[in-house]
Amino acid sequence: MRLTLRVWRQPAPNAEGRLVTYTADDVTPDMSFLEMLDVVNEGLTEKGESPIAFDHDCREGICGSCGMMINGVAHGPMKATTTCQLHMRSFKDGDTLTIEPWRAAAFPVIRDLCVDRSAFDRIIQAGGYVSVATGNAPDGNTLPVAKGDAEAAMDAAACIGCGACVAACPNGSASLFTAAKLSHLSHLPQGQPERYRRALMMVAQMDEESFGNCTWFGECQEACPKDVSIDEIARMNRDFWMASLFERDEKVSTGTG
Amino acid sequence: MALFWASTVGKKLVMAVTGLLMAGFLVTHMTANLLAYLGPDEINAYSRFLHTTPEVLWPARLVLLASVVLHAVSAYQLSRTSARARSEDYAVHRLQVATIASRTIRWFSVLLALFIVIHLLHFTSGTLLPGFLEGNPYANIVTGFQTQRGMAVFYLAMMVVVGLHVYHGAWSSIRTLGLSRPKAHPLVRPIATIVAIALWLGFSAVPVGVLTGAIRPAGDTTYTAHAR
Repeated sequence: MRLTLRVWRQPAPNAEGRLVTYTADDVTPDMSFLEMLDVVNEGLTEKGESPIAFDHDCREGICGSCGMMINGVAHGPMKATTTCQLHMRSFKDGDTLTIEPWRAAAFPVIRDLCVDRSAFDRIIQAGGYVSVATGNAPDGNTLPVAKGDAEAAMDAAACIGCGACVAACPNGSASLFTAAKLSHLSHLPQGQPERYRRALMMVAQMDEESFGNCTWFGECQEACPKDVSIDEIARMNRDFWMASLFERDEKVSTGTG
Repeated sequence: MALFWASTVGKKLVMAVTGLLMAGFLVTHMTANLLAYLGPDEINAYSRFLHTTPEVLWPARLVLLASVVLHAVSAYQLSRTSARARSEDYAVHRLQVATIASRTIRWFSVLLALFIVIHLLHFTSGTLLPGFLEGNPYANIVTGFQTQRGMAVFYLAMMVVVGLHVYHGAWSSIRTLGLSRPKAHPLVRPIATIVAIALWLGFSAVPVGVLTGAIRPAGDTTYTAHAR
């Protein structure tokens, strides 16, 4: 296969960026998308040009490092699939692919296709944890969790924090990410004591990070490589108003400092 | 309370509650409009009831006014936040499930606000309606849509906008409040679809009725014979 790539090249965070056209020859259908970029980079390096920078780590769809807009769709055309798990058989010989980094004010470009997603880390720091007494691991089954609750928590916990939801959202909203992180704790007994306070803290931090707000386009759910549902956002909103009504003693701070 | 309003989720909740209040009003308004098909007595009696019962009329007006203002202010502020959050757009961006309704709701809502003002000046105060008769909405509807054809077309166009707004807004509001039942796909929304279509058809039925002659002037003999 021979493909034409239009790739966003930006040498530094505040530098001017632009789409540069490359030709990818000898692409085989069983290459992953990142392997295809590796081959292109090999060629660029041999010619003495700087390779296209992109984030990647596990290359098996579980770490959340990779991610780019491929022809205007986060993680490319295959549903529920990360960029690393996308294979070139999803494309045809002669296709032109436009490859861009996630675009959001909260995700500044570091270089080429790499963006700074530390805003997500700060949302987690604001409340995405449970405070427990440390010590030995508790005995198995001392804390029963109903099957349905375990499944619901797992569905939300599938979020790998890749940022596709923010990238796909026309509002640049991090609602799906924040809601998933709230949900996977709020379905479990361990998450209950801090449940409502957590909702206030994480929503406050989400707002602090210059993300947009949810208008229910539904694009995040379509883009999510882990099929996290927008129902999680409904649950976040419910916890938020419950917290606003009933959570009076806890002081809510904005920011993680 | 201040923290609630400062939060984007808090503002969305305000939009959801006020939006549902207004949607509830629209359903009442549309149903009452259809009284025009029963003849002048029914709809004029309803109008008289409202105007002679200030303890119903004024609280309703105040709640609606407050709802419009809160809804619009939240919408404006939230859309500014979102515009800043996605200041740089993609060279290529393909939306996958966003509906026409959700994509147009911001700009169309400006149009809706304009329509509300025109509508109030038209049928409530009568400023824009030559020959306006106080306390006789039936006559006003007929004169309005018969003599001002452009207005009738404008109303019909705006009712499509109302339908689209409710199609996206009613569904979103329930989700924003966290009261929705889990759905696998954002396009599946039977209740919002039914309400939106009912509002669009129900509201459009009045200008269409006048234009086609189904709703006739009160003095029209064919009509009175039929009514008696």
